[in-house]
Amino acid sequence: MTTAPHTDPATTSAPFAVPATRAPGCPFDPAPAVDRARQEAPVTRATLWDGSPVWLVTRHQDVRAVLGDPRFSADANRPGFPFLTAGARVLAEDTTFSFIRKDDPEHARLRRMLTADFMIKKVEAMRPQVQEITDDLLDRMTDGRTSADLVTEFALPLPSLVICLLLGVPYEDHAFFQERSRVLLTLRSTPDEVRTSQNELLDYLTRLAAKKRKEPDDGIISRLVARGELSDEAIAGMGRLLLIAGHETTANMTALGTLALLRNPSQLELLRTEPSLIKGAVEELLRYLTIIHNGVPRTATEDVTVGGTTVRAGEGVLCTLNAANRDEAVFPGGDALDVTRDARLHVAFGFGIHQCLGQPLARIEMQIALETLLRRLPDLHLAIPFEEVPFRHDMGIYGVHALPVGW
Amino acid sequence: MRVTVDQDKCCGAGSCVLSAPDVFDQRDEDGIVVLLDARPRAELHEAVREAAAVCPAAAIALEEATERV
Ligand code: HEM
Ligand code: SF4
Repeated sequence: MTTAPHTDPATTSAPFAVPATRAPGCPFDPAPAVDRARQEAPVTRATLWDGSPVWLVTRHQDVRAVLGDPRFSADANRPGFPFLTAGARVLAEDTTFSFIRKDDPEHARLRRMLTADFMIKKVEAMRPQVQEITDDLLDRMTDGRTSADLVTEFALPLPSLVICLLLGVPYEDHAFFQERSRVLLTLRSTPDEVRTSQNELLDYLTRLAAKKRKEPDDGIISRLVARGELSDEAIAGMGRLLLIAGHETTANMTALGTLALLRNPSQLELLRTEPSLIKGAVEELLRYLTIIHNGVPRTATEDVTVGGTTVRAGEGVLCTLNAANRDEAVFPGGDALDVTRDARLHVAFGFGIHQCLGQPLARIEMQIALETLLRRLPDLHLAIPFEEVPFRHDMGIYGVHALPVGW
Repeated sequence: MRVTVDQDKCCGAGSCVLSAPDVFDQRDEDGIVVLLDARPRAELHEAVREAAAVCPAAAIALEEATERV
């Protein structure tokens, strides 16, 4: 009987819809349904927006096992791939979606064209430049004022300026690409909206690649052009991945991280009195907040047993990084923010061969941004009631839409 | 302790270098792992174990000396 339901009694309770909703008043915690799944049925059935079923993988060890297992595919064009939104399916129609949704060996071939640009020593050498950009932004934000929106004046422009510099994309165009990114990351965007924004972004980057062919510089796009191995369209696909992944993520971690510290004054105080804690604090914030909050999608290419449950070939799974990062087996007392914790085993950057390429850069950006912010603005505080902070429940990358602060 | 790395598996995000910079480095041309020290001294063992645990691509293998536990 090939259609027999999976027999683990814990998985037979009614499936819930994903993305699941967070509890009111607990904006830093995973949705209660996902948290409960981790404790009661770590590999459990859920339902996607279009009614199709998906396995939710919630425990730390199972998430690492799935994401590290080549029998699970990240190829969005493989039948059964679990798309989180209608828009995500549209994105996959495009073959230039680049290596985040491809398998090895093609994934490795493309990723290895960029690994040198994000390796530790290369990124460490950028610290002075990132510090300068950070100081400039804070000079401008605080000039003659005592309050501002931290997102638009600091958290967003910092990584945008850095990724533009690295790619060789003119920062003057930031309103254009940030608006398109926003549409691509909004869960409720219609397929048409996604298609339009995606095409505009790709056209822009294809034209930029063509321009670099004539006027080369030492940015990543220009160097990809110079390799002569990729079409301008394929380079545009890589550029889009880097541009969106490179600024929306760090921007949201910086703003949400600041807010989490403001809500945990004893942790903030610890970090202020002991700035050398900053590296560990950034890892802990990555763990505690896990902004890629809706699950990382994969498809089983053969029958695989995960946490005692059989996932059949062709079935989709979502690895919920935020639940895994609260797993008590790895992070005791994990529902609390503790900047002195050793959080380095977190999976906020994913796991396996697709683990975040930009993580060294994200780390130094967050370390410098938070250290400098706390040092220069000793009276930093939230300028609106906490209950009024607009959280990004509606976005693929979690965070806050705005963060009015005073100092 | 004996350390080996598999450069074909490595995806080059450098977590091992953050954990144990005396033992791991990245190739200049493509960021892929380079082993600096296949038999690290005892003070480094904890850091090397952490590097192997955080490596996302299972590219680091450790052979712990069993004779002197
Ligand atoms: C706090 C900041 C960041 C977080 C939390 C984050 C998170 C992630 C996660 C979870 C993945 C894995 C997705 C999957 O397996 O499907 C990923 C992949 C990726 N990230 Fe990041 N990221 C951050 C910053 C950055 C930055 C700054 C860049 C680039 C400059 C970047 C570029 C990428 C790329 C290119 C991939 C695809 C890697 C691959 O498929 O091999 N990310 N990121
Ligand atoms: S941690 Fe693993 S995948 Fe990353 S650079 Fe080191 S060996 Fe390579």
